[in-house]
Amino acid sequence: MSTLTADRIGLSLSGNRVLDDVSFTFRRGRVTALLGANGAGKSSLLACLAALRTPDQGAAMLDGIDVRAIHRRIRARAIGLLPQAADVHWDVDVATLVELGRLPHCGRWGQTAADREAVQRALAATDMTALAHRGVERLSGGERSRALLARVLAGEPDWLLADEPLASLDPAHQLDVLARLRSEAMQGRGVILVLHDLHLAARVADDAVLLRHGHVVASGPAQEVLTAPLIAEAYGVEVEVGVTPGGQRFILPIAR
Amino acid sequence: MTRLNTLLLAALLIVCCLSVAAGKVAVPWEAWTTADPRSIIIVELRVPRTILAILVGAALGLSGAVMQGYLRNPLADPGLFGVSSGAALGAVLSLYFGFAAQLWLLPAFALAGAGATTALLALIAGRSGSLILFTLAGMIITSIAGSMTALAISLAPTPFVSSQIVAWLMGALTDRSWDDVKVALPLILLGSAVLVTTGRSLDALTLGEQAARSMGVAPGRLQAKVVIGTALAVGAAVASAGVIGFVGLMVPHLVRPLAGNRPSAILIPSAIGGALLLTLADILVRIAPTVSELRIGIAMSMLGGPFFLWLLIRMRRRLA
Repeated sequence: MSTLTADRIGLSLSGNRVLDDVSFTFRRGRVTALLGANGAGKSSLLACLAALRTPDQGAAMLDGIDVRAIHRRIRARAIGLLPQAADVHWDVDVATLVELGRLPHCGRWGQTAADREAVQRALAATDMTALAHRGVERLSGGERSRALLARVLAGEPDWLLADEPLASLDPAHQLDVLARLRSEAMQGRGVILVLHDLHLAARVADDAVLLRHGHVVASGPAQEVLTAPLIAEAYGVEVEVGVTPGGQRFILPIAR
Repeated sequence: MTRLNTLLLAALLIVCCLSVAAGKVAVPWEAWTTADPRSIIIVELRVPRTILAILVGAALGLSGAVMQGYLRNPLADPGLFGVSSGAALGAVLSLYFGFAAQLWLLPAFALAGAGATTALLALIAGRSGSLILFTLAGMIITSIAGSMTALAISLAPTPFVSSQIVAWLMGALTDRSWDDVKVALPLILLGSAVLVTTGRSLDALTLGEQAARSMGVAPGRLQAKVVIGTALAVGAAVASAGVIGFVGLMVPHLVRPLAGNRPSAILIPSAIGGALLLTLADILVRIAPTVSELRIGIAMSMLGGPFFLWLLIRMRRRLA
């Protein structure tokens, strides 16, 4: 079974201890949420897992190998990252944007049939096929984030890392994207999400890692992590954890 | 894409024929092969001049396209970011010290100048990838190089040297010989070869630096390619034709509506388009009814300045 592991990761950025002794084994086929208040170290942990930052202690390991030691193209095929900043600097059309996701796979001489199929699948999965030839600058915010998600999906990575994939989406699209990420996990990918919204985390996550000031407060199955006392410790707020009549868990902040 | 390149190449071929035919002295067909003295005008002046226009135009167009893709800034241009000024300063210094007699010294100085400015630019703003920082750094480097150039002119040992520097700075393809081609050709080909390999990474940068890195782009390698390629191509272009601005700015914009906005798709068309534009402009300055020949560097600035302003006005809403 393939794993992505944070092995006692420590990271300092300009003198601040951003991550300290963070360990967790992420598993494929599951959605794992990285949670915590602003500045808790969620995005830094994601950056270490994606080999965008080098921890000064410990390492992120893919199947037992330090991610930094894996050749960048091979790593790019295994780990797909959807960064928070959703910049698209040139007004390319959606299909071209999604094709960029195939760059780690492409040979020197252009696309193969497999590349084209993967792009079509990614467009279909995000419901963007009809907009394939529209320029990025004429998309709505929600359409743009779906196009960017399609870009990552087109790369067919084993691991899908996303930083706040739900920010700037309306509730309907939030649910759509969550359902898409869920089904990616069902297909055997490992999905790791930085989330702000506890409520959505409770809805989508199988596992959760709760961070506070760079330390792991709790980690493990989401039900065990997303409890009122642990959330109070990590966020400094009182919450009500409940279950809707439909059986959906919800988390409601009540007071500081 | 390939059709566009074919069309551009066909246009370039036609313009080349015109360029060999155009000039103050009309050379009839029958004078070409025989021992007619006028054939020297063709073989020793117009053909190398045309080849040089193609090389310089291609170098400027391609490096403009690469810089725009690398900086993700449609206003980028080797001239605006101090690369040309750095190359010019290097060349001016070699003129100042009277090194220009040796064929390789002026280009070597120009290359060193271009390399030093691009490296400085990369050093100041490189890692952050901040466009504002890069633009400001480029402007400041341009003005420093400009003031040093002015200093060299004012301190020139003889009036002859200072007029030589001024004339050279204005940029021209007049009276170039096969020697100039011999120097420019290998350097520009090498630089262009380096620049063309950046296409895939430039595409990935469309999604920002983080995403590009996660897609397997090595930022250091890419930066080295951009710096070395630009320094070689622009340095050699400036060394052989002086400062010719705005080609690298204009051509990618003219090509984009035809080739699409993907950075890699405009590299080759920008190179051919740059060659086309400069060869055409060089024909126009030659046949223009002016007393002495209009300098192509001045002509391009007169064309490029308004183009840049028009671009700014069009982009005003997006930049604000």
